[in-house]
Amino acid sequence: MVKVRIPTQLRPLAGGAAEVTVEASTLAEALKALDAAHPGFRDRLFDEGGKLRRFVNVFVADEDVRFLQGLETPVADGQTVSIVPAVAGG
Amino acid sequence: MPFVEGLRCRECARPYPAEALHVCEFCFGPLEVAYDYDAIKASITRKKVAAGPLSIWRYADLLPASPDGLDLGAGFTPLVRAERLGAELGLRDLWIKNDTLNPTGSFKDRVVTVALARARELGFKVAACASTGNLANSVAAHAARAGMRHVVFIPSDLESGKVAASAIYGEHLVSVRGSYDDVNRLCAELASDHPTWAFVNVNLRTYYAEGSKTLAYETAEQLGWEAPDHVVVPIASGSQLTKVAKGFAELVQVGLVEPSEVRISGAQATGCSPVETAFREGHDFVRPVRPSTIAKSLAIGNPADGPYALDAVRQSGGSIGAVTDDEIVEGIKLLARTEGIFAETAGGVTIATLAKLASGGVVRPHERVVAFVTGTGLKTIEAVTPVVGPTAEIDPTLESFAAAIDVDY
Repeated sequence: MVKVRIPTQLRPLAGGAAEVTVEASTLAEALKALDAAHPGFRDRLFDEGGKLRRFVNVFVADEDVRFLQGLETPVADGQTVSIVPAVAGG
Repeated sequence: MPFVEGLRCRECARPYPAEALHVCEFCFGPLEVAYDYDAIKASITRKKVAAGPLSIWRYADLLPASPDGLDLGAGFTPLVRAERLGAELGLRDLWIKNDTLNPTGSFKDRVVTVALARARELGFKVAACASTGNLANSVAAHAARAGMRHVVFIPSDLESGKVAASAIYGEHLVSVRGSYDDVNRLCAELASDHPTWAFVNVNLRTYYAEGSKTLAYETAEQLGWEAPDHVVVPIASGSQLTKVAKGFAELVQVGLVEPSEVRISGAQATGCSPVETAFREGHDFVRPVRPSTIAKSLAIGNPADGPYALDAVRQSGGSIGAVTDDEIVEGIKLLARTEGIFAETAGGVTIATLAKLASGGVVRPHERVVAFVTGTGLKTIEAVTPVVGPTAEIDPTLESFAAAIDVDY
């Protein structure tokens, strides 16, 4: 099982939950499972071309997936995926 | 504040109320403050500004918060003519905006003043931030002044001056084992779990960022209500540069300055130059990097406003340069030697980049140029102690002095 942490802005899609648990072995599978359980996530996270939106950052085990294998990044049992708005800091 | 109409997504233009919101719920784009510029134009005059306080609040009509007593004196720092530095760089009309002279020694006092003034209006009692050092210093100081609690977060490898200058205010300074980008990600997540905390650069970021516009306002006012030809601005998240561009545009919009073109150039350290790389390679997106530079206050590998900074530089006909750690130290020394201003590493980045852009002909000899020096050198002593020190150590005797120091003046 993989935990997906949901930012405030998307919690209404998950009935207010801050965290959702899914079955997945890659990040792409985790996000697909998230959308299956709570429809709407796909449209909010991905652009028309199927890429993660410009202002969405995703982390697997606290590491930015752009430093890993992007959507193909493996996710192991017990790991956490974090969805975080990119606009912060500085 | 009376002229704020609400917030609006910079990407998809969806409207939001003027609350503690920083990203669009639909596309995650940044929210911007929407003003009634016609009403501002009818209200603001050069005379009214000149009669205002000697702080950023003289531009209250153009800011998204009311002063409400939160004023440690941020802003209205000196703009000094830099003749000796200009002569060394071949620039005839060079000026330094000396933002080392803010209450906590950096430009961050501008943004924090606005963010916490708005936070208080919204009823927040706790101030927080993700910081490379200067911001934490400023949030802690302004929170103390405002009677707010504070929890500020920094990476654990900071300069000792920046650590002490937050810790002294006596509340929670949290040192995080990781980079600034790790701290930022942690705070972005914490902000979701602590909605009663005002993270100045997360949930209050829309207001916070507006504070940087005052750098442009002051520069124009201090030049006799004329915009300069070219400004050189350091880039960390890219927010400051983006807002400086906005500030100059607004001055024209509200009728304080005649229409003019300001070229805007950016400065980064080669050890963390994702925006410079994107500029050089012609990209409109910024690929994140893992920083390794002595310019820790600019060490943001994943800059939130990088794409907007690129736009602002390109639209203005400016450029972005990057300099090595050695060049940064030389830049600090050069500014100190020629103008008597001791800047932190970010100032070294700005001056060294200015030198590079001047020698490359990007910054032109006849332009009126303003370089923004945004933080004091006393907080990054570690950067220069390996290369500067006493010229001699002597006994307290005339002979010892004469033997050690040979000067003809």
